[in-house]
Amino acid sequence: MDTQNCFHCGLDIVKEAEIVFDAKTFCCAGCKTVYEIFSLNDLSCYYDFEKSPGASPQDIKGKYDFLENENIVSKLLEFQEATTAIVSLSIPHIHCSSCIWILENLQRLQKGISSSQVNFPEKKVRIIYNPAEVSLSTIVYLLGSIGYEPYISLENYETPQTKTDRSLTYKLGVAFFCFGNIMLLSFPEYFEVKEFWLDNYKPFFRWLIFALSLPSFLYSGSGYYVSAYKSIRSKMLNIDVPIALGIIVMFIRSVVDIIFDYGSGFFDSLTGLIFFMLLGKMFQIKTYSFLSFERDFKSYFPVAVTRINVDSSEESVPVYDIQKGDRLLIRNQELIPVDGILMSDNTAIDYSFVTGEAIPINKKSGDKIFAGGKQLGKVIEMEVLFSVSQSYLTQLWSNAVFQKKVTQKHKSITDAISRYFTVVLLLIAFAAFGYWIFIDTNKAFNVFTAILIVACPCALALTAPFTLGNILRIAGKQKFYLKNALVIEQLAKVDTLVFDKTGTITSNAASNIFYEGKPFTEANLVRIKSVLRGSNHPLSRMLYDLLPEIGKITISEFEEITGKGIQARVVGSLVKIGSAAFAGMPEEQQSLQTSVHIQIDDVYFGKYIFKNQYREGLKLLFKSLHKKYQIKVLSGDNEGEKTALKKLLPAGTELVFNQKPEQKLEFIKKLQDSGKNVMMVGDGLNDAGALAQSDVGVSISENVNVFSPACDAILEAGQFQKLHYFLKLSKKAMKVIKMSFGLSLLYNVVGLSFAITGHLNPLIAAILMPLSTITIVSFVTLMSNYYARKLEVMSYEVEKLCE
Amino acid sequence: MSVIYLLITISIFVAIAFLIAFFMAVKSGQYDDDYTPSVRMLFDDETARTQSRNQKAKSVNQNTTTSSEKE
Repeated sequence: MDTQNCFHCGLDIVKEAEIVFDAKTFCCAGCKTVYEIFSLNDLSCYYDFEKSPGASPQDIKGKYDFLENENIVSKLLEFQEATTAIVSLSIPHIHCSSCIWILENLQRLQKGISSSQVNFPEKKVRIIYNPAEVSLSTIVYLLGSIGYEPYISLENYETPQTKTDRSLTYKLGVAFFCFGNIMLLSFPEYFEVKEFWLDNYKPFFRWLIFALSLPSFLYSGSGYYVSAYKSIRSKMLNIDVPIALGIIVMFIRSVVDIIFDYGSGFFDSLTGLIFFMLLGKMFQIKTYSFLSFERDFKSYFPVAVTRINVDSSEESVPVYDIQKGDRLLIRNQELIPVDGILMSDNTAIDYSFVTGEAIPINKKSGDKIFAGGKQLGKVIEMEVLFSVSQSYLTQLWSNAVFQKKVTQKHKSITDAISRYFTVVLLLIAFAAFGYWIFIDTNKAFNVFTAILIVACPCALALTAPFTLGNILRIAGKQKFYLKNALVIEQLAKVDTLVFDKTGTITSNAASNIFYEGKPFTEANLVRIKSVLRGSNHPLSRMLYDLLPEIGKITISEFEEITGKGIQARVVGSLVKIGSAAFAGMPEEQQSLQTSVHIQIDDVYFGKYIFKNQYREGLKLLFKSLHKKYQIKVLSGDNEGEKTALKKLLPAGTELVFNQKPEQKLEFIKKLQDSGKNVMMVGDGLNDAGALAQSDVGVSISENVNVFSPACDAILEAGQFQKLHYFLKLSKKAMKVIKMSFGLSLLYNVVGLSFAITGHLNPLIAAILMPLSTITIVSFVTLMSNYYARKLEVMSYEVEKLCE
Repeated sequence: MSVIYLLITISIFVAIAFLIAFFMAVKSGQYDDDYTPSVRMLFDDETARTQSRNQKAKSVNQNTTTSSEKE
């Protein structure tokens, strides 16, 4: 065991806070408590599966009190009866086998839970419990107390269970069943042995094969006919047209063959083709069940809030039931669900997610506060001005332009090629038919169908799914989650990158704080820190955390003056911390920088400046991106950071400040109208419109499980500097696809030469088809893996060089 | 030679039985989560083993618990 790290959560232990318990070291009392709970309940082998798997429990007292409300609970449950209830909770912390183990042994921690089952890919636990013995809120608090706090948002409320679509799995199963059996039964025909009993049973074998091919032809292949029909109707020939044509011609020709006893037909190739193509489809679909690309404000909103009734009793009500004139109680870190007026003295509200402003805004009693902000500070009361559906944020969201368009924005590369492919194929088929009809009518029909059969672009159709599917997986392993394969093609086309500032190129987690002014003596630092301790203002908290821990002095006459600052007497000297005017800054100079000024005993010392913390590797990333892309930065924040940003970004980067969500959307639209392919990189609700409008919307997320606006791809914040790598990868993917198209066309030419001369027999078809499939699949997989590795090595070397 | 009819009929029926089994498996949701069961199947023995081990160690454990709680 490492003494430096907490036994429970694995974090570094601060020497002063170290707790030794049961011969194990813990970083905080919370972790120790969880360990105690587990060891008392014989569950300590939680720690055997993984090293330090836990999370230290957060204080969630009161946060889930709304679960006492029967009406709310019943909306969250999957199933409810007198003695059984089932609930599915999403738990972001689920990440290892220990998590599965402890969550599936919940019944040993809490009486009344009968069983629980974890769905690891979805990061969900499904708990079956007896509501007569244990309430949902008890379960949620229990989960919270062991470090597995569930994430409950408005999204969970009244959402019907979505049925998972398993039709592709069924189709694949049927296709494989038919393919396997037909292959087995076709074997005697392949060798054309003239043996009495084989000839005798030929009709039986052939009709059996015909019967077996029906489910594959009618059910498994049905998707291709529908898609081909749709594409012909919309007058855009996609790849499914020649595929469907090939399949149908193959089937009809085979049926004619066996009826008139011309031969054994192409049923083996037909079912094999359907099976391989469905396999490709399956491979392309890589879903990240624990992520959602279609989220809206609902997954950001709480389910319920505390309402203060006229008789000053508190009650949890669903947010949809909030009415104008209600009084609400908002605790620290809670979200403001509706627009309203602040009733309490003062507070600070963090709007970074909604507007992009980095620093929390101070609000005084009587100020209007908008939905979507996070309340920082003491418990506040507010009066409701608008109900949820009429509040600013919801209104903004229901605006039509903010909805992500469902229609496909681009034609995929396969479809672009197949337009020509289909035309050329039909031309060749008719030309050959025209040639042969003068020689031999029978043969002419044979050749015509043979061409359509052998040219069925199976290998062509498999190229893109396997390449893109493979790239999806490579990107997913590096925490860049793409919505679907089409996004890769769009990424390759992008030529303009637009970045949001707050939360995207800056990190939400930390701010850089600089001091400017006369240096402090150690005694003064202690004084400042002691005064700061009393204040709940977010800036005070940040500054407090920054200053070194030297000692404590008791303060007196502490006073917090709203909108100005704080002052207190510490061992005789008066310390004033706050705005420039309050601290008596000598010459008033207009500055947009967020700063806190310090005055001790009527002497002005200096100011602490809060600067945005830019993400690691930002400068390097922008430098490399700059060569190939146009870069623009949009911000909802003021221009205070302009000079700092200018220094970081390559020359010529356009910077736009004070942008409202609608303006960001307009900005993207304008770029697109001037013919640009725009990729938007953003994080918050304020970018939602721009993300939806852009060709590729990438959402940066510190915690991918919790919230990100609707987008095409989610990038984990820690991987931000790899953005260029992913863009390069997408370009290489397209290159691989093009190379493999050439290869598969080569197979088509070989097949066609057999077909045109009238030599295509079932055996050749049965060999050509799987052979081309296997070569194409292995070629694209090897190539895309090779490029992924090569690019990674290259970007690593670049990083080294710059160091 | 008519035994071939019988044999092939049987083999097809066996194959169909497997296909139906596959359908039932898909329907019951076995293919929805393909990770958790692979981990879960390793757990059961582990629990039984630690339970007996913990019971033995319990008396020792309790002593340390009380002493460290005083800190």
